[in-house]
Amino acid sequence: MAVKSPSVAVITGNNAAAEAARLARVDVIAAYPITPQSGVVEALAAYVESGKLNAEFVNVESEHSAMGVCIGAAVAGSRVFTASSANGLAYMSEQLSWVAGSRLPIVMGCANRAMSAPWNVLNDQQDAMSQRDHGWIQLYCRDNQEIFDTFLQAFRIAELLSLPVMVCYDGFILSHTVMPVEIPDQAAVDAFLPALTPQIIVDNSDPRNINPVTLANPRENGSGTLCHGYMEFRYLMQEAHQEALNTIESVDAEYASAFGRSSGGLCWTYGPEDAEVIMVAAGSLANEATVAADLLEETGLRAGVLGIRSYRPFPDAAVARALKKARRVIVFDKSLTYGYGGPIFIDVQAALFRHQVTPEVHGYIAGLGGRDINARQLAEAVTESMGWDRAQQGPKPTSWLNLQL
Amino acid sequence: MAGTKDCGQHTAMSWPCVGEAGKTGEWRTSRPVLIPDKCIAVQRNKALCMQCWAFCPDSVISKTVPPEIDLLYCKGCGICAAVCPTQAIDMIAETDEGQETVQEDTCCGC
Repeated sequence: MAVKSPSVAVITGNNAAAEAARLARVDVIAAYPITPQSGVVEALAAYVESGKLNAEFVNVESEHSAMGVCIGAAVAGSRVFTASSANGLAYMSEQLSWVAGSRLPIVMGCANRAMSAPWNVLNDQQDAMSQRDHGWIQLYCRDNQEIFDTFLQAFRIAELLSLPVMVCYDGFILSHTVMPVEIPDQAAVDAFLPALTPQIIVDNSDPRNINPVTLANPRENGSGTLCHGYMEFRYLMQEAHQEALNTIESVDAEYASAFGRSSGGLCWTYGPEDAEVIMVAAGSLANEATVAADLLEETGLRAGVLGIRSYRPFPDAAVARALKKARRVIVFDKSLTYGYGGPIFIDVQAALFRHQVTPEVHGYIAGLGGRDINARQLAEAVTESMGWDRAQQGPKPTSWLNLQL
Repeated sequence: MAGTKDCGQHTAMSWPCVGEAGKTGEWRTSRPVLIPDKCIAVQRNKALCMQCWAFCPDSVISKTVPPEIDLLYCKGCGICAAVCPTQAIDMIAETDEGQETVQEDTCCGC
């Protein structure tokens, strides 16, 4: 049971997500329960049933349908919410592409969970990372407060840019763990997040089709206006993602001035300015890395952390800036693009190359399918990594942390 | 070359009107041709039968005597030919008369 004081609730990550959706005054919720996301749906269903939230809760038979309902409601101008995990998210995959391509400001939660096969309901980030290229913004949270704050920011970001936002938080580690979360009152949230000015697409007085067949090249519509071809729509989506690099920062700054708390915008850093080694990760693993940095400091190694909050758009310039003084960068990924390496590892290397920042970068795969990973193990990985001599040994292959093969 | 910036859309949309989906007749690979001698409406000189008009999924057949097919938008699906009770519509492959569709201004004669 949640223990509540006037402003601080001790709640799970799922409940923090549900609280944010309630205070955002969502109009429509459609979701299908899946471990470890179920808690957020159950909490919202209870809010709607008890009258605490004036929203339409639509029961559906699948995640594909859940997002279908959200698309319909968003097209009619509603603020909508859904959430999923792993196989449910994969089942929703086709609809994710429709949402982004339609430029609907839908906000969803992903309680990160390992993909099957084999069956595993525990945490890693393979589910969200494998849905990377549909055109959704992806934000990763390090703790339950950040889940709450990020959802409220996500509605603002989505509605400013007409882009959907997926708020990702580690299954069980955050979704099922209680932490104190500061909950502002409704008036303060309303001031930060004004009612949605709907970009109503369905309008009886001006009937139209959305997403008709759009061919390769531009062509004139029935009234003689030259309309975009498929490629122009894709370019505009990419342009909006580029703009999101500014919007994510500015919305976080607005949030900080309204509520006194920043989530770091695109990414956040921890540790000394002149850190010799910097650990990079997303989500709760990055939080764990801050403890590892403290352990390493005690041994005399100047260690820091770069937490990736925005995975898409990927903040290449901010990442390069944060890492430019480091001698060594160690990226911990909780997912894998098979046949290459960790997705954050790959993106970090590309960002550094692009900005001509050249520390030695090592990649580690960690915590797949809920494999426990603690600060001491992260610190040991850093120590091992510091001992790698590129001149003698060549590029370091990606290592698997705590593998028991 | 004119660009598409002025259309102001970031979601693909269309408004219901003739030609909104473009000159869909260009998609056609075969073309319906009415044989008046077999058409019930023509024979009785009345807008009778009209199965072709009723079943055309693109509403490009007129309810007139004879029924007229708007080839600017007819995609050549052949439903009219299939539903005609007297087989009064033939589907003719567009390639049969390919020379008629040569664009004289762009054809290099190769």
